[in-house]
Parts: sequence; C-alpha cells; structure tokens
Amino acid sequence: MYPILSAEKLTDNIFSFKVKAERVASSCLPGQFVIVRSHSDAERIPLTICDYSREDGTITLVFQIIGAGTLRLAKLTTGDSMHDVVGPLGCASDLCSLPIDELKAKNIVFVAGGVGTAPVFPQVKWLKENSIDCDVIIGAKTKDLIILEEDMKCYAKNVYITTDDGSKGRKGLVTKTLEDLVNNEGKKYDHCVAIGPMIMMKFACLTTKALSIPTVVSLNPIMVDGTGMCGACRVSVGGKIKFACVDGPEFDGHLVDFDEAMKRQNIYKTEEGRAYLKEKEGDTHHGGCGFCGGEE
Amino acid sequence: MDMLKKVPIAEQDPIVRAKNFDEVCLGYTKEEAMLEASRCLECKNPLCVMGCPVSVPIPEFIHKVKEGDFDGAFKTICECNTLPAICGRVCPQESQCEKKCIRGIKGEAVSIGKLERFVADNAREKCMRPPHSHEKNGMKVAVVGSGPAGLACAGDLVKYGYDVTIFEALHEAGGVLVYGIPEFRLPKEDVVKKEIDFIKHMGVKIELNTVIGKSLTVDDLLDKEGFDAVFIGSGAGLPKFMGIKGENANGVFSANEYLTRSNLMKAFDENSNTPIMRGNKVAVVGGGNVAMDAARTALRLGSEVHIIYRRSLAELPARAEEVHHAKEEGVIFDILTNPTEILTDENGCVCGIKCIKMELTEPDASGRRKPVPIDGSEFTMDVDMVIMSLGTSPNPLIHSTTEGLEITNRGCIVADEINGATTREGVFAGGDAVTGAATVILAMSAGRSAAVGIHDYLSAKKRNFKA
Repeated sequence: MYPILSAEKLTDNIFSFKVKAERVASSCLPGQFVIVRSHSDAERIPLTICDYSREDGTITLVFQIIGAGTLRLAKLTTGDSMHDVVGPLGCASDLCSLPIDELKAKNIVFVAGGVGTAPVFPQVKWLKENSIDCDVIIGAKTKDLIILEEDMKCYAKNVYITTDDGSKGRKGLVTKTLEDLVNNEGKKYDHCVAIGPMIMMKFACLTTKALSIPTVVSLNPIMVDGTGMCGACRVSVGGKIKFACVDGPEFDGHLVDFDEAMKRQNIYKTEEGRAYLKEKEGDTHHGGCGFCGGEE
Repeated sequence: MDMLKKVPIAEQDPIVRAKNFDEVCLGYTKEEAMLEASRCLECKNPLCVMGCPVSVPIPEFIHKVKEGDFDGAFKTICECNTLPAICGRVCPQESQCEKKCIRGIKGEAVSIGKLERFVADNAREKCMRPPHSHEKNGMKVAVVGSGPAGLACAGDLVKYGYDVTIFEALHEAGGVLVYGIPEFRLPKEDVVKKEIDFIKHMGVKIELNTVIGKSLTVDDLLDKEGFDAVFIGSGAGLPKFMGIKGENANGVFSANEYLTRSNLMKAFDENSNTPIMRGNKVAVVGGGNVAMDAARTALRLGSEVHIIYRRSLAELPARAEEVHHAKEEGVIFDILTNPTEILTDENGCVCGIKCIKMELTEPDASGRRKPVPIDGSEFTMDVDMVIMSLGTSPNPLIHSTTEGLEITNRGCIVADEINGATTREGVFAGGDAVTGAATVILAMSAGRSAAVGIHDYLSAKKRNFKA
C-alpha cells in the first residue's frame, strides 16, 4: 500500500496527491510516469510524475477526473492509501541527458495545456536546479482551470497565462501566445516542449513547425502494463510503430501521427460514455488533460 | 475396463462452456484416479521420468495413487515440482512424459498429467502444504519475475536456506500464469494463487510493483540491496506485430493485451472496471497456444471467432488438446491463409481483413514445408476485430540496463544450459528470457537448474571467503 500524505483539490476536477512511494522517488526523473491502482479491483491508470522528493521518498501526482477510474481515485484523501503504484516507467525527458552547457545555450519554451501543466513542472524545476532558464506558456479554457501557476513562477523565467475565454492573462489558445511571442515580442526559441490534450499538442506542433522550432511532446495513450508487454499504447512516429510506455512517453512532435493517436484514444469510448462525461462534468469537460482524448 | 485406453475424464459440455469462463476439465474422482493409476506398468527403468523436464518420480507417485495414498503421492511430487496443480493442467504431457510411456506403444499412455493434477487438487482441498524444513544460511538471492521460472527457482533456493525475494513488475504475482493463461484452463483464485501461497509459506518474499530495469537495476540489487546473486526469469513479454497496413486501427490488439485485460484485469467479468472489446466477428492471427487462448476467450465473450493460420492443421504449434477444445467450442479454423492488410472505416475502426491463400512447398532439406502465397487468391473477410498472436520476445528492459549481460541476436539472454550462469558474475537467468517463448514446465526446469547453479556458485564463494 502507498499512503497518501496529502490530497489537494486544485480545481473542480483536478487533484494533487503526494504519495509515499520510495522506490519510485529514489530513481525517477522528469518525464517519467507511474501506473496506479486506487483499490484492489481498480483499473491501472498511467499518471505522469509532477514532483518528487528523494529525501522524503514521495512523489506528487496530478490528475483530472475523466471517467469512473479517476473518479474513484479522487475519492481517496489524506491518510488513505493507493493499492498500487509502480514505476518510474518510460524514459526520462531528453533534457536530462543533454550536457548542461548545451542546455544553457538553448532558448527553451514549454507549452502546457490544462492538466498537462503537471508533467511540465518537474522539467522546469529540474532546469532551474541546473541553472537553466526557460519560459512557460500555460493555457486553459478558463481561469479556474489554470493550475500550478505559482509553483511554475518559482522556477521559470517567464510564465505566460492564456485562457480561451480571456478570463485570465491573454485571450486565445496557447498557439496564439506562442506565435505572438515569437513574431511580435522578439522571443527566439530553439526548443519547445508541448504537453497537454492531444489536440493541443497537434496544433502546437503545426505552429512550431511553421516557426521552425524543434518540439518534443509527451504522449499518454491508453496502456495496460506500462512495461512494453501489451502494445496498447502503440503510436506511429515518423512512420514507425513505437510503444509510448517504453520508447516514450516523449517523442519528436513533428513526427507523431496525431490523428491516428487521437482515434486510438477513443477505442473504449462509447456514445453512452461520452454522454455520461458531459453530464458529469458539464462545461469543464473539454478533455484538457492529455490523458483522455476527450472532445476538444 | 479396457487397459489400452485412458479412463475418460469429465469435461464441461462444449456448448455450455463456450459461454462461461469456468474450467473446461473437471478432473478425476478418487475412484477414477485409482483406476487410471492401475494402468501404470511401474517400469523399472521409467522413460516417462526422462521425458519430464523436472524429473518428477512418476511411477512412484502413481503407485501411491493406486494404493489410495494421495498425501504420500503429493509429497513425492513436491520433491521435484513446486507447482503441481499448474503443471498438471498446462504441461504438454503428450510431447513429454506421456510420449515416452510404454503403455502408449500399444494403446493410450497413462494420463500422467491428469493424475498429477488430481493429486495436487486433492492436497489443496485438504490445505496440505509442501513439507519444508530448512535452516537459513544467511545469504540473499533476488529473483526477477514471479512467473514459472522465478517461482520454481525461488522455491528451490529457499529449501537450500537462502533468503529469497521475488520482484514482480505487475500488481499480482504469477507472470504468464495470471496475465496469459485464461481462467478456463487455469483457475486463478483456486489454483494459481494457492500454489503461490505455498511458495510464500515456504519463506519466499514477493515484492510487487517493482520493475527491474526501472524501479531498481540488477546492479542496485547486487550493490545496494545486498543480494549475493540474482536470477532473471523475466519471461518473453514483448508482442510481435506483422507490420501490415492498418495494424494500428482501433480493434487490432496484441494477444498479450487482449488476454491481460481478460485474465489479469478480469475484464471478462461484467463487474470489472477494465474495458475489453467484444467484437462481432474476430480474426485471431497465429496458431500457437496463445492464439487458442485468445480465440477461446473471444468466443466466450460472444464473438464469432476465426483462427487465421498460414500453414495447415498438421503444422499448428498449439497443443492438440487446445486445438481440439477450440474446435469443439466452435472456433473456425481458416488455415493456409495469411493476412495482407487490415481494412478500416472512416473512424479508424477495423472493418475487414484482406488475406491471401497459401500453399505448402515440398519439404526442403530440413524437412520443413514453407508456406507460399497463391497468386491472385486474395479475398476479404468482414471482421470488426483482429487479435495478433504471432509470438513474443524477451523484454529489453533488463539487459539494456545491466552492464556485461550478453544477449543473442534475438534479444535472449545468453545463459549456460546446465547452471543458468550468464556472462555477468553472480547473475543467472532461465525460462523464456533465455529461450524465447516456450512452455511453463521448461521455464520451471530452467529455474530449478539455475537454483542449483546459484547454490554451487554461492557455496564456492563462501568457502573461498572463509579460506
């Protein structure tokens, strides 16, 4: 069992759990994920690690309620335990393996959408700890859905907030902010990391391609075991089949077949299920998690 | 009775069982078991034992069954086999012990597997534990993977006195026994879990949710966690795909994914939280035991199921019993057929599979007949789901994170056949991780050999240390 040391509600349907998981905390790096099961009969849910402390043996997981499994997970609270936490899984972010001098010479921008802000956070923190500056664009549908803004400001040089409805920060999509920064505000970026809903990553990649900025995305497709065994998470990258769990989760965004990946996320979604989610979540349901492939 | 024939064993009716996940074979009664045991000739020089990878003293245990001493028979089996209820069910006896049985020359071989199963089930119902008495020798061994190889290795090592910990990546112990083999062939709660409990009762510790190569490396186990040796029994879990067009469509699954959802995650149960697709018409590509398992699972979930296999029935690699059961239940075999493309609709879902007819060439120098496509014989089958069961290969997670561990060009770990020693000192390996996908009993045999290898290695190390 893996005790939840603190459970925090970040928005109406986004939660943050600090969990004791010593084996994971002792070896994880930014970009990696875990698979959790809330109860002994629960589904296996992949979640990217948002933060970790080697000293305390803890990891922080941020997730959004998108279905029955995450709804059940969200009902746990401080003092409860998760039945299973396995990891760290997947490869660490490429940033962690580049020489520090090379990184210092780069102008890095992160594009974070919705709950996808959570997996961006450990990378930004890791860079700062290695004395490397970066900019972060955080986007969400409306101001209440912006998460981790203050945490991000502690580590990023500049944080730009953008909301679809203009209720906070700039108005519009993350892609517009990125274009404005580069085209009108004199920013020069030569490395982009975009994490968010599949549809956001797709359009972020189209934008960065036009701007000639190499871009890394973090995919979170459906998976079962997370160790390369089932192949449920296969994605086409540059015409080759890759398993997101072991070959990823980060890939060159300009090579990912997003249209196929989005279709694959809907395998188990029925009309009924979609209706349930819409009703359950009202207008907060815009799939902004990167995990669910919900409707854009 | 006709001594030339096996005592028939009760099975669920094919029409009934095709709709449930209960075990197909119902096992012998005491009377039937004793009668079947009386067919054993009790050879002085028993060839059956030579046919058994773990050398179970077969005539001895069968003699005890004949006399009604079922507890004694259990103890005899346990000397060599830590998982008898599992082996009695899933070993390919027809190509091992029963193949060599002298009875089999004129009539049918003695039902050794069914008798082993009877003895183990009888003991389990009485909650008998395998006998164990061992002093701790103060040395620690780590076993990677809780499948058949790891369990057999751990079971023997603990008998030698080692402090043994198994590391398992999934949330449940058993490896292929829990994620791969379906409930109707190998009940999980009643058989697998109980046999694993036996091993735990013997003193083996099992740490779940720990991926070696990720959570910890082999080097961590040796350097930081204080283990004196490591056994790698991580199996062959990586699924293969054909590389044909449409393979990433919604509705194409690896047999591994499909079976893991049904077996480990219990998706066959309506109350399970894990979804599984229930196709109307399903094509299972491949002809091995895993293909049969996937086909029979899909059948039970309500699908019309076709096995697509590129050779003829005679070449099917699956056990005869599995093929027979699959046919009885209504699985349709489309042999000498090979898929060339998976067709998809506008939503990216499977709507058909394009195949080509095959024929077998004359046997080549090695006697093998190669399947070759027949020109112009392409046709399309309307299916809405495809399961790829083309075999599996070892997972690279461990060897890619362990210095000095040599692998073959097929990704298998190089290990000594006799003692399981790898090219890295103190690291041993066995089972599918070494051979590529094979059988439960061969993996157990490799696990047991490696346990001897580890014992020899650590005993010598201890002597040298003292000297």
